[in-house]
Amino acid sequence: MRREPFFWITISCGLVIMAFILLPLIQMMSAPSAGMLKETIRDKDVVRSIWLSIYTAGLAALISFALGTPLAYLLARSTFRGKRLVESIIDLPIAIPHPVVGIAILSVAGKNHWIGQIVSELGIRIMGSVTGIVTVLTFVGLPFYLNATKTGFEAISPRLEKVSRSLGATMSSTFFRITFPLAWRSMLIGLIMCCARAISEFGAVVIVAYHPMIAPVMIYERFEAYGLKYSQPVAVWLVSISLILFLLLRILTLHKVKEA
Amino acid sequence: MITIRGMNIDLRKFQLRNINLEILENEFFILMGPTGAGKTVLLEAIAGLIPLMNGNIYIGERDITRLPPEKRGISIVYQDYALFPHLTVLENITYGLRFHSIDTTNAEKRLDRLLEVLNLFGLKQRFPVNLSGGEKQRVALARALIVEPKVLLLDEPLSALDPNFREEVRGALKKLHQSSNTTFLMVTHDFAEVLSLAGRAAVMNNGRIEQIGHVKEIFEKPASPFVADFVGMKNLFEASFHETYAVASGLKIEIGRIVDPSSNYLAVRPEDIIISREKFSSSMRNNYSGIITQINNQGFYYEIAVQTKDVSFKGLITKGALIELGLEEGIPVYVSFKASAVHVF
Repeated sequence: MRREPFFWITISCGLVIMAFILLPLIQMMSAPSAGMLKETIRDKDVVRSIWLSIYTAGLAALISFALGTPLAYLLARSTFRGKRLVESIIDLPIAIPHPVVGIAILSVAGKNHWIGQIVSELGIRIMGSVTGIVTVLTFVGLPFYLNATKTGFEAISPRLEKVSRSLGATMSSTFFRITFPLAWRSMLIGLIMCCARAISEFGAVVIVAYHPMIAPVMIYERFEAYGLKYSQPVAVWLVSISLILFLLLRILTLHKVKEA
Repeated sequence: MITIRGMNIDLRKFQLRNINLEILENEFFILMGPTGAGKTVLLEAIAGLIPLMNGNIYIGERDITRLPPEKRGISIVYQDYALFPHLTVLENITYGLRFHSIDTTNAEKRLDRLLEVLNLFGLKQRFPVNLSGGEKQRVALARALIVEPKVLLLDEPLSALDPNFREEVRGALKKLHQSSNTTFLMVTHDFAEVLSLAGRAAVMNNGRIEQIGHVKEIFEKPASPFVADFVGMKNLFEASFHETYAVASGLKIEIGRIVDPSSNYLAVRPEDIIISREKFSSSMRNNYSGIITQINNQGFYYEIAVQTKDVSFKGLITKGALIELGLEEGIPVYVSFKASAVHVF
């Protein structure tokens, strides 16, 4: 069968996009020699920064999970005046330039603002601290968790919950026995997206906390101070470790899908 | 058993206005009405799933208006089954048991009985995704009944099923109703279901109840033009009433009795209309000549439209009669009906 030109256009556009994304990444990943990679991972500062990146991103995802799940459920299940507005506010962090996010958070957390004063009286430091990093990462990651989870809840027919209630289950029993088991996959995908977004954040973090150094900041610092060659190995390690983590999570969820 | 007094509901899409309804213990009550009449809203309100604006709902003597759904003892079965997709058939059916204090032997007895009546033994370990429509609906019924609810609400439970499954599930419903103390309240569009299952029924339209009564009464004596039209009164005419006759668009129709002169409509059921080639010589007081304008095949019956000088009548006849009489569009015929077949609103 003769293919129409349109078919070839779709194929070639697809190939261009694949190449555009993959070529630079492959080039970067394969640039450092095995020796250099080994040497880099022996560097305590590098390990510390990658670990910091991963666990602050994980914490941001956990906070999103705890705070975001009830709101996602509310947005999926009810209609109220101003719902659109709430949804737009949730999406704001996606649209704001990253350094602006950092500046915005600092302007609230600083000593000139009452929130900053309360926080500092409680002995919590935002500027240049892990707390600050987690705050920023939650700010940028939360929309991703909320939206994925909301979509997951929306996909569950409210009638399942109604039937459950009519059979004697309270609202919370219904959530844990019906809604959660059906939505946890979307929630997990939300967590992965939130984490991924958090790990990749640089612009906002660098303003709030240059030190302690998360991996993207360290990569930038090495690039500035020593050039491309010295920043690449750290980048390779960060990308590889994150990829492996996400792949593991994905495999776990896919495995469960087959079971059901 | 269930008493609803002065209930009003205001949702964005639907409104229920001044609903008053009484359903007796262990009755099979049917709710009819066109799409958008508010039938599902009424069911969900009874189950406690939708808040009332005002009014009260009682079960027996007890006011349950403010009771949460899980405390009402009212089960609901939806048209789309609403089975829990992550649970097996058995887990679906027994879902409600954990929330009720029932001893194990009793629970097992109930389970076995439902599995038997609904013929579900072979499906226990399956997931809903692997069931046919009829099987899903039977599981939904078992799940609703295992907690022995005081009331079972059925929202068009048969309308999504194939005709053969429909009869099967209908049979099961009848059996389950007869062998339990549960009051059944079912929404349906299907008159065959109404006639085979219900004792009493209500017709809803536009958020209001138009008529409540025995099924026979509703079909034979519709209380409003809407009900007449809905239950199949095809010959509905605006008329003026004088002594024992009425005049509809210039046509004099004998009604054989004196009616309230403020009535506005009269109706004749199509099956009460006799169509013949010769003038019908009987006691029928209403005889008109006309011309067939349309013949519609309706499955078992043909609907014949006859245009008389003044109005158009619709009558139903069998295929056999159609052939025997040699009826065709455009030929002259006679239309006859008894004075007592005329309903006045």
